[in-house]
Amino acid sequence: MSTAIAEAEIHETPAESGVNYLNVTYGIKSWLLTLDHKRIGLLYLGSITLMFFVGGMAAVLMRLHLVEPQGALFEPETYNKMFSTHGIIMVFFFLVPSIPATLGNFLIPLMIGARDVAFPKLNLMSWYLYITGAAFALYATLSGGVDTGWTFYPPYSSLYSHTHVVTVALGVFIAGFSSILTGLNFIVTIHKMRAPGMTWFRLPLFIWAMYATSLIFVLGTPVIAITLFLLGMERILHVGIFDPSVGGDPLLFQHLFWFYSHPAVYIMILPGMGVVSELITAFSRKKIFGYAFVAFSSLSIAIISFIVWGHHMFVTGQSIYAGLVFSVLSFLVAIPSAVKVFNWTATLYKGSISYEAPMLYALGFIGLFTIGGLTGLFLAALATDVHLNGTYFIVAHFHYVMVGGAVMAYMGGLHFWWPKITGRLYPDLWARIAAAIIFIGFNLTFFPQFVLGYLGMPRRYAIYPSEFQVLNVMSSAGASILGIGYIIPLIYFIWSMRYGPPAGPNPWGAKGLEWTTQSPPLTENFETIPIVTEDAYNYPSEGAHV
Amino acid sequence: MSDLATHGAHPQGFAHQFEDIEQQRDAGRLGMWVFLVTEILFFGGMFTSYTIYRALHLESFVQGSHQLIVKFGATNTAVLILSSLTMALAIRAAQTGKKKGQIIFWLILTMILGAAFIGIKLRFEWYRDYTEGLIPGVHWFYNGPHAPGVKMFMCFYFFMTGLHAIHMVVGLGLLTVLVIMTARNKFSAEYYSPLEISGLYWHFVDIVWIFLFPLLYLIGGRY
Repeated sequence: MSTAIAEAEIHETPAESGVNYLNVTYGIKSWLLTLDHKRIGLLYLGSITLMFFVGGMAAVLMRLHLVEPQGALFEPETYNKMFSTHGIIMVFFFLVPSIPATLGNFLIPLMIGARDVAFPKLNLMSWYLYITGAAFALYATLSGGVDTGWTFYPPYSSLYSHTHVVTVALGVFIAGFSSILTGLNFIVTIHKMRAPGMTWFRLPLFIWAMYATSLIFVLGTPVIAITLFLLGMERILHVGIFDPSVGGDPLLFQHLFWFYSHPAVYIMILPGMGVVSELITAFSRKKIFGYAFVAFSSLSIAIISFIVWGHHMFVTGQSIYAGLVFSVLSFLVAIPSAVKVFNWTATLYKGSISYEAPMLYALGFIGLFTIGGLTGLFLAALATDVHLNGTYFIVAHFHYVMVGGAVMAYMGGLHFWWPKITGRLYPDLWARIAAAIIFIGFNLTFFPQFVLGYLGMPRRYAIYPSEFQVLNVMSSAGASILGIGYIIPLIYFIWSMRYGPPAGPNPWGAKGLEWTTQSPPLTENFETIPIVTEDAYNYPSEGAHV
Repeated sequence: MSDLATHGAHPQGFAHQFEDIEQQRDAGRLGMWVFLVTEILFFGGMFTSYTIYRALHLESFVQGSHQLIVKFGATNTAVLILSSLTMALAIRAAQTGKKKGQIIFWLILTMILGAAFIGIKLRFEWYRDYTEGLIPGVHWFYNGPHAPGVKMFMCFYFFMTGLHAIHMVVGLGLLTVLVIMTARNKFSAEYYSPLEISGLYWHFVDIVWIFLFPLLYLIGGRY
């Protein structure tokens, strides 16, 4: 009964006119041919959620397999395909597009006071490129999989593997162009489409983070594209430039691969940092501490990310002097990253903090990213890296950054802007419970892996010595909890789309242009283009506490 | 009418998400420059690999370069530079508000030159390479000196010129669209952005060839 009443109310409430971007047109065609950045963001949201659960399924199966030292489920070959599928799907089809393509697409024009991105048709084309790439990857997975790991190192991938390397590489290649065009679109949009008065230093920090991310999209992705093209040619025609029999060097592939794939790590984490800057300010009702430092630390992370790739190759036979230089440069990344963490913490100081679900994710992010970042320093040091390279320590490290960092921020952002996206509220209690379950499940999954790696358990192995079983079972138990934690939001988000109470334009009382328009917004975002007269995060309580 | 005038009298081709035609023009131009940066990185991976292997296997690369016929490469260089000139003249004609016939004339001349480039490449170079067994992985029976290294050089040759040729074909497609748009009176002295940014692309593809020609054809002090 109560839902029926709620529904009746909803039909009247959405905004003044009742028209918004969701109900302005109906039908499958109005979605598949839409040029509205908000609808394209939702198309991405649907497709990457699917990929997330496919990749997550592979992870859960791997963890179940590793409950027993001899392996509980698969042949070793199948296990190899499992971790390759997990890596490829999660990296190229979930983490890279996650925040930029969904929240970025939805929010950038809203936050800078524009009607749309600069090139809406290009934006739609990006999504089609993404699903084409994803279709290739899924087809390859279903028809037998690939066993090279997400890194595709030759000569194994070019000469020896009997799996669908070319199909998957083609999928990644195509999806890469989706990233390139998205980055291009965002750069032009942020440069040229800002509302009157929206100067660079009034931009929300999420925009700075998206700008830095777009730079990496544009500068890094073409290199992985050409590298995968060369790899594909080598595999198909048995000619190529990584083949030692004609004087080629497989290490060159690794250099080219990591020239993209290291910056790609920052493609995944920088948008998360942008989201957290928004959440921390909104839920502590304070201006960000050191706006310019946070903004420029995003850019410096983007720049430094391009000169540290050699730290993935310390034990590959790369020159020791190159290793030394890459080690020193890698330590540099810690500086802008720490600047951000300190500034967020300083923002919390004497703020009026409230603990709604998005804030729980943001606080989780700060703690987990700090652990992930600090353990990265172990790996940037040449001598310790020799011990830790290729072990579960690496796995734990990058999952603390990618899952504890990027996915936490993505979830936080989704919870924060969900009322804007759908115009509906989700059940706050359930959201807080889910956030807690995810935090607990995550730590139980990955903290034991630090210990396992330090004790010497290598990654990517289908079996392990029995003395590692306790820690492996802990990790697998954590993975099941984590899995449940991700399913709960899926359920209440879907529920809220129909039954959630109406959100109103600004349920959090947050600052930012996106909260000044109705929820869900109009197709053209604003009735009239706003004129910006104040800095970002200009919360009224600022000053009262100081 | 005065209302239109204050808004800059939106000409044809104006897209709703922009405030005025000036913003749209700026956005298009910046977009193309950013795209060209991605193209530089795209070709850059290949140029980097070329540089590394050339330093490692210089003699093989010199030997490989001697398999190519310089006069065709040189002719094509001239053809492409000329096509850049005709492209620039087409844009100039639009900018100064010349009749559409003149714009179309320069565009079609550019297309003829572009097609001539691809024709020369196919007929006198790649086809000959095929008959002489110089295509690695497809038709390869070179057994002169430095055979493995020459094979690698020829891989670079085909990857780099092939990728360049694909860009030429895309350029010809763009030019075809531009001819149709011009014929339909889409452009004026106020609005000719598609011409301008396609011109940027066309010049970029030419510049790539300016680098490819000496790196592939002229190494080893042949002249």
